[in-house]
Amino acid sequence: MKVEDKLALNKFDVDRDVHITVNDVVCVECELKPCVSVCPAECYVIRENHMTFSYEGCLECGSCRIACPKGAIDWVYPRGGFGICYQYG
Amino acid sequence: MEEFDAIVVGAGPAGCAAAYVMAKAGHNVLVLERGKFPGAKNMWGGAFFGPVMNELFPGFWEEAPFERFVTRHAISFLTEQDILSIDYKSDVTEPAEKKGFITLRAKFDKWMSQKVEQAGAIVASGLAVDDLIVEGGVVKGVKVGDEQFASNAVVLADGVNSLLSEKIGLRKAYSPHDMKQGVKEIIRLPREVIEDRFNISGTAGVAMEFIGSCTRGLPGGGFMYTNLDSVSLGVVVQLSALMDTQIKASDLIEDFKNHPAIAQLIKGGQTAEYSAHLIPVSGLKMMPKLYDNGVLVTGDAASLVLGTGLILEGANFAVASGMAAAETVIEAHRKEDFTRDELSNYEKRLREQFVLKDLQTFSRAPQFLENERIYQLYPELACSMARKIFSSDGKPRENTFKVLRKSLGKQASMWKMASDMIKAGRAL
Ligand SMILES: Cc1cc2nc3c(=O)[nH]c(=O)nc-3n(C[C@H](O)[C@H](O)[C@H](O)COP(=O)(O)OP(=O)(O)OC[C@H]3O[C@@H](n4cnc5c(N)ncnc54)[C@H](O)[C@@H]3O)c2cc1C
Ligand code: SF4
Ligand code: SF4
Repeated sequence: MKVEDKLALNKFDVDRDVHITVNDVVCVECELKPCVSVCPAECYVIRENHMTFSYEGCLECGSCRIACPKGAIDWVYPRGGFGICYQYG
Repeated sequence: MEEFDAIVVGAGPAGCAAAYVMAKAGHNVLVLERGKFPGAKNMWGGAFFGPVMNELFPGFWEEAPFERFVTRHAISFLTEQDILSIDYKSDVTEPAEKKGFITLRAKFDKWMSQKVEQAGAIVASGLAVDDLIVEGGVVKGVKVGDEQFASNAVVLADGVNSLLSEKIGLRKAYSPHDMKQGVKEIIRLPREVIEDRFNISGTAGVAMEFIGSCTRGLPGGGFMYTNLDSVSLGVVVQLSALMDTQIKASDLIEDFKNHPAIAQLIKGGQTAEYSAHLIPVSGLKMMPKLYDNGVLVTGDAASLVLGTGLILEGANFAVASGMAAAETVIEAHRKEDFTRDELSNYEKRLREQFVLKDLQTFSRAPQFLENERIYQLYPELACSMARKIFSSDGKPRENTFKVLRKSLGKQASMWKMASDMIKAGRAL
């Protein structure tokens, strides 16, 4: 089962405000790009040698924030009430 | 600005415990939770043992929404094809509170927060605290968007990522070595199918932990818990190992589901939810400052989690630390003193009870558990020995010691294994 199909089962209240921003200029210099392997929701994708990030499926785990060696990620929680909303947990 | 006797950030087990005890003592308490409802942001394995919760809510199982009691506990070594398990089942009738309770957070946290409200506190969900109000080195309240709420005592129960304790300098940024990442699926199955496959009935339930190929030998493990009409299945892996190997936890959980022994248990099940969360695993080594003027840090925010490899105890530590923080605040109100000196009683309380004692007892565990042989070599070894012992090629059998030595092969010496066993004895 693909991650995107799993995310489609989750309940999200996606905010218009973006809670994570990535300074992709810094990413160019980043060799290992650990954000890609640590993100369980595949929010970080490299397209044509360029880092793209989408916040919509974020599970708010905080892994990318800790893994990024370059401080390229500006990370806060979504506004109260928005984001992932687990029904089981 | 509205003022409270105490403000609690986060309505997980730590925050609910703290708020409940303070509200019961007659204090005017505000709990702020960023989820749409308490539990909306939380996931876990998970099961907890009852005694600590019972201290907070005597007889809680009569009304709390738990899924099942743990009546069978299995620990298994996995290779890609084999499984070798130690399966523990006991018919000794334990008093209810001593049992393991399997719960789902979205329901359980909601229930806990209702108890907090019944005790007289205000639980405001859908509000994320952005910052603390700090004046002259003293925490005076919290900021939520444009709004501010004042209090002499702020209890941080904001979980593993605790942005707030980092912001006010109680801790440094975490290292990926200090964290494990857990990913989990809820897989729905009819109740009868679960009871049939896991050989349980009524409210009986099974807790299973796995070591070996489920993490491709990386430090961590797999888990499976039976809920009423679903199973919680997941893997937990050292964050730094995911970075170093570029292996994704999302791939590991798929492999785990496809392992022949697992696939058979979840056959026909429908995934209903996919979740992820971090666990602070370095214990005392990563513990932040637990208090400062006007502020106390509890639960995961304070890295109060005990991971000995086989068990992961977070909920009980969260509840116990929340209660200790509440007692400290109650005393501070009596003395009208919220200084760092007075609040240091919080740490004293934790030292006197099991929270810091257990973390001290198991202080070598985190380092021991980074040893890759535990996740790679030993599961392979155990399974290959079992394969040799339980199969026959028609030739005379060798004695067990010889089988062991052959299985170890070139990968490790008997000495190394003996030394690991001694270390395990010391650490665990
Ligand atoms: C995969 C996995 C399996 C686990 N299995 C087990 C197990 O089987 N048994 C066990 O005992 N423990 C287990 N744990 C650990 C356990 O879940 C935690 O230790 C426990 O939940 C900690 O409780 P807490 O109240 O400190 O934090 P949390 O439960 O994380 O609660 C923190 C709360 O604060 C809220 N919050 C955060 N920031 C803000 C903010 N700025 N403003 C407002 N609200 C905020 C969050 O939304 C959340 O509700 C597991 C953990 C994981 C990840
Ligand atoms: S780890 Fe950080 S710097 Fe590297 S690619 Fe990812 S976001 Fe960019
Ligand atoms: S917080 Fe977790 S889920 Fe969200 S982008 Fe970062 S790694 Fe992915």
